[in-house]
Formats: sequence, structure tokens, C-alpha cells
Amino acid sequence: MKNSLKEIATGFNSLITGMRITIGQFFKPTVTVQYPHESLKMPERFRGHIELVRDPETGKALCFACKLCERACPSDCITVEGAKLDGAKKKSVTQYVLDFTKCSLCGSCVEACRDGAIRYSHEYNLASTNKEDYIMDLFKRLENERLETERVSGVVAQASPPAGSPGVSLGVPPAAETIPKPAQAEAPKADQSKPEPVKAEVK
Amino acid sequence: MIQAIQNSLSAWWPEPLRLVLFLVGILAFVGLNAAYLVWVERKGAGRFQRRPGPTEVGYAGLLQPIADAAKLMSKQLIVPAGSDTTLFRIAPLLMMSPALMSLAVIPWGRNLAACNLNVGLLLIFAFGSINVMAIMLGGWSSRNKYAIISAARVVSQNVAYEIPMLLVVITMIMVTGTMNLTEIVTQQAGAFWHWNIFRLWINPLMPVTFLIFFTCMLAETNRAPFDMAEAESELVAGAYTEYSGMGFGVFFMAEYANILLGCALATVLFLGGWQSPIGHLLGNWQSTIDILLGVFWFFVKMYFLVFSVVWIRWTFPRTQFYGLLNLSWKILIPVSLVTLILSSAMMKLFHT
Repeated sequence: MKNSLKEIATGFNSLITGMRITIGQFFKPTVTVQYPHESLKMPERFRGHIELVRDPETGKALCFACKLCERACPSDCITVEGAKLDGAKKKSVTQYVLDFTKCSLCGSCVEACRDGAIRYSHEYNLASTNKEDYIMDLFKRLENERLETERVSGVVAQASPPAGSPGVSLGVPPAAETIPKPAQAEAPKADQSKPEPVKAEVK
Repeated sequence: MIQAIQNSLSAWWPEPLRLVLFLVGILAFVGLNAAYLVWVERKGAGRFQRRPGPTEVGYAGLLQPIADAAKLMSKQLIVPAGSDTTLFRIAPLLMMSPALMSLAVIPWGRNLAACNLNVGLLLIFAFGSINVMAIMLGGWSSRNKYAIISAARVVSQNVAYEIPMLLVVITMIMVTGTMNLTEIVTQQAGAFWHWNIFRLWINPLMPVTFLIFFTCMLAETNRAPFDMAEAESELVAGAYTEYSGMGFGVFFMAEYANILLGCALATVLFLGGWQSPIGHLLGNWQSTIDILLGVFWFFVKMYFLVFSVVWIRWTFPRTQFYGLLNLSWKILIPVSLVTLILSSAMMKLFHT
């Protein structure tokens, strides 16, 4: 009798404790990231596919086509071409094709690079139905980005840029096809919507 | 003006018209609630797990139930080969109609009961047993092993939980001396310490009685943590496994209608029905606003209980089957017998 009463009391107490905990959770803010509408910022050491590093002074690629990464790659997914431009001391990269269909994200290329000219990108929205989207020319991509930022800042500063002329004058085709489309689509959105719950990212 | 309408409802409007109005009202109320309690359930589940719940269809997912209903209605009703066709088709209706009929005697506010029966409580419990049979028939007629296991579980579970529930109800009938629900609520007039749950001078175990009633209500409506009948992880969807389209939809609506009925009944029996928790501070009961205020208080109490049902569902894991029967036979029935004997003794000794 005494034991069973005690059992009832402890059981009831544990039920109340459980309900108190859940109602506590009920009033806390949600931690969901509404994925297609917003995405988390990747942590600093996230290992995505590689990308070229920009020289902060010139705004061009640091890479001078030494091809160490090409040699280090175990799955032969990197093709680097370089040329010596007029008046330059070093070669500079003209083509840097990453075949992401073959890449196993081992990171040997980043380790092999002595000048820190390539790094892991933080992009992960890379899904596509088109195989060609994964054969990316990282150099073209970098150049396009540079031209785009120049064009935008030009618009802000002078408000009279010859529309589309930078791309034409430097002979770089608007090679948006080499960038995976989802990534292209996500990039501006990810900027706008700050992923509000930062805790989830840390965990 | 509402006073006038109400007078006319009770006085010179023909009785059939009044009943039709109540019928339409109850049908609409149950339909709306069944749809939106699903939304409440999903939203609540989300919040308890720190998710936002449905957000995409309409503002805060408010159109989700309509989308679900449209989907269910557009689906084919498949009757499995070899099943008992008639019973298979009747079972969902048999589950839905008792809940609707029982709601007729619930007093939503002063003078606001479709049918002010003297044996309202008896009617509810008479009909309450039918939905057990409905689930059993549904499970048995679908010719599916999971459905049959579920049917067997439903019967043993509901038989086990009917007993403490009825013992509690007998206690309440003894305390109040009537089976008329309107009368029961009228007795609890005044501030909240007049409610039956706090009538400690008749029975100091009254809150326990309320808890037993609420637990049994959860078990009778097959809600978590007593949802052995449709234990998804073991029995696919239990008795509803073979149902598709609106057959499943009606079962689902009936589940929520039963929850609504159970919570309304708990409100009437223990929480003072339409009585305000702060008493008659806002004027006398004859004015129209007070009647609407009564309906408001009724809904506040009822939906608080409905929220508790959701809260309990997303807090506790499903009990094991023998755990469930142990709880009923070893704890709830003895305790409810104790409350019955205690309150009858107290009434005999102190309140004759």
C-alpha cells in the first residue's frame, strides 16, 4: 500500500516534470532555418569545392599556373592553363577548369599550392540536373565576379557606365553557364536573409 | 438584439427550426474544429519541438487544413478485396455520429444547449461506447492483420478505461445530484472555488478525480500516450490502415470531434462550464453580454484542455500495452473507487 502510493507519487511527479520541460520549450524561439528561403552561413573551415583566391591589391587571381595542384590531384579533375601577359614578370592563369563530377574533395590541391592561391569555397547549394554545370572554369568565374563588382561600384560612383561594355572590352564572355545554376541563384538570396539562429550553425 | 433573438429562439420559433439551427451550428462547429485542431496539433507539435510548424499554405499555414481536405476528398475510396463492404463503409459514420449526437446536450452557454435533456450525461456515455465499436468494426472489416490487432487493442483498452471513467462520473452525479448538464453548470455558479474541481469540502480528492477523468478521456479518444489503436511504429495506421480518401478523413475528424466532446464534458463537469472564474463581477446573468461572455469562458476552458491534450501528446512517449492496462486496473480503478467511497461517506456524514 505504502509502496504503491509512493510509486504513484513519483510517477506523477515525473509526468509533471516532463510537461514543465516541454512547455518551457514551447515558448522558446524556433531554431528552424527555412532552407530554400534562407541558408546557414558555412563555418570558416567548411570544405566545399575549390576556388581561386583573389590578390587583394590587383583584384586578379593569385594563381600563376604552376600546375602543382594539377599534378597533386589524384582524380585528374583540375586543368590549369597559363600565359605570360605583356610586361608581367610571372605567368598568370588564363584557364582553371575544375571537373567537379570527378572531384572527391580530398583537398590535396589546396595542400599542394604553395602560394595559397586556391582555397575551399563555402558554396554548397550545388544541386543541378545538368552535368555540364559541374565542369566549372574557376578563372572565368573569378573574372566575372570581379567585373560584376567593378560594374556595380561603377554604377554607384559615376552612374554612367557603358552597359555591358567591361565584359566585351576585355574579351571575357559572360560565362554564366559554367557556374552551377542553383549556386548562382542562391548567392544573392543568401546575402539578403541573415540566418537568424546562429546557434544551430555552431552546433 | 441578441436577447431578442435568444428569446425568439426559445419562445415563439417553431421547435424544428430551432433544432435545425443547432444541428447546422454543431455540424459547422465540429467540421471547423476538426480541420483547425489538426492545424493546432501540427503547429503545437512544431512549437514543442522548436520548429515553426506549417508555414507555407496561407499565412502561418492557416489554409493547410483546407488543402488537406481538398486532397482527401479528391482521393478514391478503395474498399479492399475480401473485406466486409457494408461494415467497412459504415464504420467511419458510426464513429462520427455519436460524437455529433453527444454534442447536442453540451450547454455552450446559459440556455445554449440544443437539447436540455435530464439524462444528458447518460446520453453522452451511452453514445461514447459506440465509437469503440466503430473502430473495432473498421479494423475487423478491413481484412488486414494490423487493423485486427488494433481492433483487439481498442476493445481491451476502452473496456479498461470505461470503468474508472464511469466511477468518476458516478461520483460527480452523487455530488451534483443530477445528470442534467445545464443543472450541473448552474450549481457551480460563482467564482472558481465553486467549481466542482475545487469542491474540497465534499471530497478532498476532487482534483484527483478530475485528473482521472482527463486521463480516461485521453484513453477513450485513443490519444497519445494511449494511442495503441493507431501506433504508427507497430501497426502502420492501426484500424485505419485500409481506409483511403474521405473514409480516413471522417475517422480523423471523428477523433478530433471526440477530443472536443471530452474536453467540453470535462469543462462542464469540473471546470464550471460557462461560469466565469471571477464570479458575477460584470453584472447579472440576465443581460445578453453576459451570455456571450459565458460562451467565451466556456471556450477558454475547453480550448485550454484541448491544448493540454496536444501538450501531453508531444510530451510523453506511447505507453506499452500492459503498462496501459496496469495503469487502469491497478491505479485508476482503485483510486476512483476510493474517491467514490470517500465522497459518499463525506456526504452522508457532513452534508445530509
